Amino acid sequence: MSTDPAPAAARADDVLRLVDPAGTLDERAAAGMLDVTGELVRGLYRDMVLGRRFDQEAYSLQRQGELGLWLMSLGQEAAQAGSIRALRADDRVFPSYREHVAALCRGISPTELLSQWRGASHGSWDPERYHFHIYSLVLATQTLHAVGYAMGVRYDAADSVVLTYFGDGASSQGDASEALNWAAVTSAPIVFFCQNNGWAISTPASKQYAGPLSGRAKGFGLDAVSVDGNDVLAVHAATRAMVERVRAGGPPGLIEAHTYRMSGHSTSDDPKRYRDHAELARWEAHDPVERVRLLLTARGWADEDYFATVASDAEELATRTRGECRALPEPSLSDTFRNTLCEETEALRREREGFETYLESFL
Amino acid sequence: MTTTATTTTTAATTTATATATTATLGRALNEGLRQAMRDDERVVLLGEDIASLGGVFRVTDGLADEFGDRVVDTPLAESGIVGTAIGLALRGYRPVCEIQFDGFVYPAFDQIVSQLAKMRARSRGLLRLPVTIRIPVGGGIGAVEHHSESNEAYFCHTAGLRVVACGHPQDAYDMLRAAIACDDPVIFYEPKRRYWDRAEVDLARPVDGDTLGRARILREGTDATVVAYGPTVAVALGVAEVAATEGRSLEVLDLRSLSPLDTTELCRSASKTGRVVVVHEAPVNVGLGAEIAATVMEHCFYDLEAPVERVGGYNIPYPPARAEGDYLPDLDRVLDAVDRVCAP
Ligand SMILES: Cc1ncc(C[n+]2csc(CCOP(=O)(O)OP(=O)(O)O)c2C)c(N)n1
Repeated sequence: MSTDPAPAAARADDVLRLVDPAGTLDERAAAGMLDVTGELVRGLYRDMVLGRRFDQEAYSLQRQGELGLWLMSLGQEAAQAGSIRALRADDRVFPSYREHVAALCRGISPTELLSQWRGASHGSWDPERYHFHIYSLVLATQTLHAVGYAMGVRYDAADSVVLTYFGDGASSQGDASEALNWAAVTSAPIVFFCQNNGWAISTPASKQYAGPLSGRAKGFGLDAVSVDGNDVLAVHAATRAMVERVRAGGPPGLIEAHTYRMSGHSTSDDPKRYRDHAELARWEAHDPVERVRLLLTARGWADEDYFATVASDAEELATRTRGECRALPEPSLSDTFRNTLCEETEALRREREGFETYLESFL
Repeated sequence: MTTTATTTTTAATTTATATATTATLGRALNEGLRQAMRDDERVVLLGEDIASLGGVFRVTDGLADEFGDRVVDTPLAESGIVGTAIGLALRGYRPVCEIQFDGFVYPAFDQIVSQLAKMRARSRGLLRLPVTIRIPVGGGIGAVEHHSESNEAYFCHTAGLRVVACGHPQDAYDMLRAAIACDDPVIFYEPKRRYWDRAEVDLARPVDGDTLGRARILREGTDATVVAYGPTVAVALGVAEVAATEGRSLEVLDLRSLSPLDTTELCRSASKTGRVVVVHEAPVNVGLGAEIAATVMEHCFYDLEAPVERVGGYNIPYPPARAEGDYLPDLDRVLDAVDRVCAP
C-alpha cells in the first residue's frame, strides 16, 4: 500500500494545479481564476522564504534548549501563505498549531509565536488584533469554535469570512465531523482548510480515512475542492474563489491541500521509525518554494538582486527571532492566578498570596 | 479487599522470560503488555501511533512485530478508541487502550463515564467490560499545554471504574497485568516523568488480582504518614529520606489504587502515626486528597494529633512549562507540611 498519497493525489485530474514542479504556469487553467502578476508571485515567494527561515531558526532554538518543543512547518509554506493571502484582513482565522507561516503573514511577531513553545505562556497574541485565534493543541476543537464564530458573523450581518486550519489526522475527530455538519446546516460563512501533509505523527493519511475528505465534505452539504498544496498559486486561487463564494452567501466550503511535512512531526518525533527516505526524496522534488523561484526567473519577474534581498530579509528575521526568543520574560505563577477568572476570587487571592509569601521565604 | 479479577491468565506465566532484570518503568510496562498478550490472545491494543512508532513514549515498542494486527494504530479519535474498545469487550476481547497524553482523554470522556463505567450496573451484572485505559499522566517534563494534567478526580468520582496509578517499575509490571486481567474497566495512570526511572523488576511474578486494590507501605515510620501515588511516590520517599536526617521518622504509603481506596491500609497507618500529609500533583481543590483527608477523619479521628495536610497543585490551570517548578509539589513544600502536622 502506498504511504505516499499526496503526490498521487496532486497528479489526479480533479486536483487543481497551476504551476508544475518545473515552474511552468498553466496559463489556461489560471485564466479566469487569478491575475498572475510578478508582484503577486514575488509577495508569495517572500512569505514562503521568510516562513521557512523562521521555522528553521525555531528548530535550531529547540535543539539548543531554548524551546521546549517545536512543530515544524517545512514543506507547508505554500498551503499556508497561499491561503492566508486570499483573505481580507478582517476575515477571522482559527488555526491548529502548525500555522507559523500563516501567522507571520498576519503580522504576529516571533516572540508572540515562540512564547508557547518555550513554555512561557499558553498562547500569547491578541486574537482580536490579528484576527487570528490562538493555537489549539487539542485536535479539531477549533473547527467548532470557527463555526460558532461564523454563526456570529452571520447574526451580525457582517460580510467577513472565517477560515479554519486542521490536519488530515484531526479530520478523524468527532469534532471535525460535527463542525462540517453544523456549518452546512447553519450555512455559516466558513471555509475549512485541511493541510493534508500525509501523516499524523506516525499514522499515514491512508489509516485515517478510506474516502477523500472532499467527498465527505460534499456529503455533509459543503462545497469542496482539492488542490496541490505545494503550488502556492493553486492554493491562492482556490481559496480566493471559495472565500468569495462564501462571502457572497454560498454554502460553506472545504479545501483539501495535498502537501507534505518534510520534517518530523515535532522535535520529539523520530520519523525514521515509520517513514522511508525515498518518500522524502520524492517530495523534495515538489518543493513549494523552488517551484516559485523557477517561475519568477523564467518570467523575468525577479533577478538575483531580488532573491538576495529576500534572503537577507530572512536572515534578519532569523536574528530577530533568536534575540527575541532569548529575551522572553519568564512566566510567573502569580499571573496564572490572576488570569484564571475574569476577577480573582477571594479564595484564589488567598491562595496566590500564600504562594507568594512562600516564594519570598526563599529570598 | 478482594477484586473481581478473573484469573484466566494466572497460571500461564511459563513463557521463558528473564526473571529479575533492571528495567525502566516504561520498559516494565512494555514487558507487562507483552506478557499479557502472550498469555491471552484476546488482549488487543488500541491507540494512536502505537504500532510502528511504538507509542510516543515507546511503551508499545516492538509489540506490533510480535503480535501483528492485535496492535492497532487507530484513527485519531479518542472517543472512537474507547467506544470501539467497549464493543470489542462485549465481543469477548480484552482491549487495552492508550491515550496519548492525559489532556487528550476528554474527547473520550463521555464514552468512559457514561458508557464504560455504567454498562455493567445497567445490565444488572450481565455484562463485563474488561477494558484497560492507559494514560500517561502528570507534569515535570517541560511539556506544552494539555500534556501535564492530572485528571484522576474526574474518574474516581465515577462509580463503575477502577482507577489505579503505578509509581515504580515493579508495580508498573504487576499492576498493568492485573488491570488487563481484571473484568472491570480500569483507568491505568502511568507517571510520565518516571518512565525513565530504573529498578529491579521480577518478570516471573504471576498475575495477582489483589495487587489492584491494595495500598502499600514503602517505608515504615512513626512520626507521620506521607500518602502519595504515581509521580509523587518518589517525592514522598525523598521527603522521608531528608526528614530522617533531621531525626524525623516518616512512613510512606503508596496508595496505588485511587478508586477504590484501600481504607484499611490508609487508616492503619494514619492511626499508627496520628499525622498525615497527602501529596498529589492535581489541584488540591476537590482533589483526591480531600477524599483521603475525610476518610482519615471519619475513621481515625481519635487517633489524630493534627489535621490532615494536603500538598498539591493550586486551583489554576496547569501553568506554562517554565513555571511548573513552582506548581508541582516538591521536597520543600512537602517538608513544610510535615513540619506543620508534626508541630507540637
Ligand atoms: C485530541 C488529541 N489527541 C491526540 C493529540 C496528540 N497529537 C498531537 S498532533 C497529532 C497528530 C496530528 O496530525 P494532523 O491532524 O494530521 O496534523 P499535523 O500534525 O500532521 O499537522 C497527535 C496525535 C492531540 N493533540 N489531540
